[in-house]
Amino acid sequence: MEITMLYYLIPSLIMFCCGVYGFITRRNMIAILISLELMLNSVDINFAVFNRFLFPGELEGMFFTLFAIGIAAAETALAIAIIINVFRVSEKIDVSDVTKMKF
Amino acid sequence: MDYSQFLAMRQELGVLIVFLLVFLYDTFMPKKALNATAGFTAILFLLFTVASFVWGNVGTVDAFSGMYSTSPVCSMIKNILNVGVLIVLIQSVRWTNGELMTVRRGEFYELLLVTLFGMYLMISARHFLLFVIGLESASLPLAAMVAMDKNRYESHEAAIKYILTAVFSSAIFMMGLSFVYGLAGSLYFNDIALQLGTQADTLLVVALAFVISGVGFKLSLVPFHLWTADVYQGAPTSVTSYLSVISKGAAAFAFLVILVQVFGQFYSAAWEWMLYALIIVTITVGNLFAIRQKNMKRFLAFSSISQAGYIMLGIVGCNEMGLAAMMYYILVYIFSNLAAFGVIGAIENQTGKVDMTDYNGLSRSNPWLAFAMMLAMFSLAGIPPFAGFFSKFFIFTSAINQGSTAIYILVLIALINTIASLYYYLLVVKAMYISPEEPQIPAFRSACSERLGMWICVAGVIALGIVSFFYNSIIEAAAGSNLFAFIG
Repeated sequence: MEITMLYYLIPSLIMFCCGVYGFITRRNMIAILISLELMLNSVDINFAVFNRFLFPGELEGMFFTLFAIGIAAAETALAIAIIINVFRVSEKIDVSDVTKMKF
Repeated sequence: MDYSQFLAMRQELGVLIVFLLVFLYDTFMPKKALNATAGFTAILFLLFTVASFVWGNVGTVDAFSGMYSTSPVCSMIKNILNVGVLIVLIQSVRWTNGELMTVRRGEFYELLLVTLFGMYLMISARHFLLFVIGLESASLPLAAMVAMDKNRYESHEAAIKYILTAVFSSAIFMMGLSFVYGLAGSLYFNDIALQLGTQADTLLVVALAFVISGVGFKLSLVPFHLWTADVYQGAPTSVTSYLSVISKGAAAFAFLVILVQVFGQFYSAAWEWMLYALIIVTITVGNLFAIRQKNMKRFLAFSSISQAGYIMLGIVGCNEMGLAAMMYYILVYIFSNLAAFGVIGAIENQTGKVDMTDYNGLSRSNPWLAFAMMLAMFSLAGIPPFAGFFSKFFIFTSAINQGSTAIYILVLIALINTIASLYYYLLVVKAMYISPEEPQIPAFRSACSERLGMWICVAGVIALGIVSFFYNSIIEAAAGSNLFAFIG
């Protein structure tokens, strides 16, 4: 059986959709962060696969993936720092408790 | 490698130098000298702004094999942003010198300069990798700035809302980019435009929708605006003012560059109608929600959402005039919004009050503050002879010039919305001048820096519309741009 591009793209798309679903439905901030991480990683897979199968002579997609991984790490670090701050103030990391400002 | 290419990036390098000097000052100076950090940063940035006006323009140069490009328009929008940042720096002096901020005021200025650097990259990037790096370094430090008020719970809530939506939007944006990369095989703006041809694939339309929604989050266009009000309300006022004008101005310009340079040939096929829908919804929803707000910062958040819709009208025109009108609108918006935020910040620093009902009778206790606020509201609403009227006039004219029936309807809806917006802007003026209640806020003398910031803003609001030099120099810079080569 030959492994074509589709075998990578469909799991990546499923990952992305799971991420969006998790972002919307999860109530715990850490779980939301994990969902975001899923979305970002599916982007990385997409770039790597497109580069590997469609444009094998170049490295642009791979480079983008590397930078995207770095950016995702920075985002996670910052988000966790802020979540810790929220926890210190309110002892909760549930989004349904962070609703003082509305509408 | 040719190192002289770095000279094309002189404005970016200038911001970096200012950042490094502020960082060194904050780290190595003795404790006593740190009280002057705010003044030091403001003066340094003033020098940089002047230098950037004088030497910033290097003509049209593509550096680093086309990854980075600068032109008179790019350096002009950077100068406009510089002026805004300078006013924000002046207005924030009192807040950063406050008791609770002493430990981390240096961080505020460093983060602010890093985000400005990121915005510069967004404006000048002609390669999506550089653009994404700019976008992220413009939005991530802002989350830390939003969380600056450590003792206020709202600040943290705003920060968590901001960071989660920002990451979500950048994930969607990068997903769109991956589709674009799969279709075109390159991330250079020009190469993508060449490779994509003129046939609009379904995948391309999906990618375009992802990209538009990603940048739309930053601009707070309407389906993606839900973070705006909460973040504006929770963030410290200086950060809110920075977020509402500078970040929005840079994102608007970068949005135009992407749409026109990368997807220009699909203008009528794909994104013209998306943009129409976005503009109508943005202006209308922003206006309707602004009417029911009681908190001044929340109120200005929704007002800035609807203003973002007007800024988008400059993109719809897709010509040099639209570009010039958009840049002029951003300039005027910087001055009028910062005047409003200056007054709000001064009152908040003194009394801690931010509700609209607190402003009842302000004209009797603090006539000058009320006067500055009134001018800002008039300018935001677009009442002649203030600058806001001229910026709205130019932006409507540039859109109309395109000449189709659809755009007439679009501009008509925008015009009707301008009238609706008059209602809620004048509510503030009514509270300050007509309301018969006793003044809630006692008479006080605001700090020297706050007064300076407000005077600059008021002078700008009055002069920008009447003195034709500003608009002329913007349109001169815009006329020479080669952005609109691919429009189809």
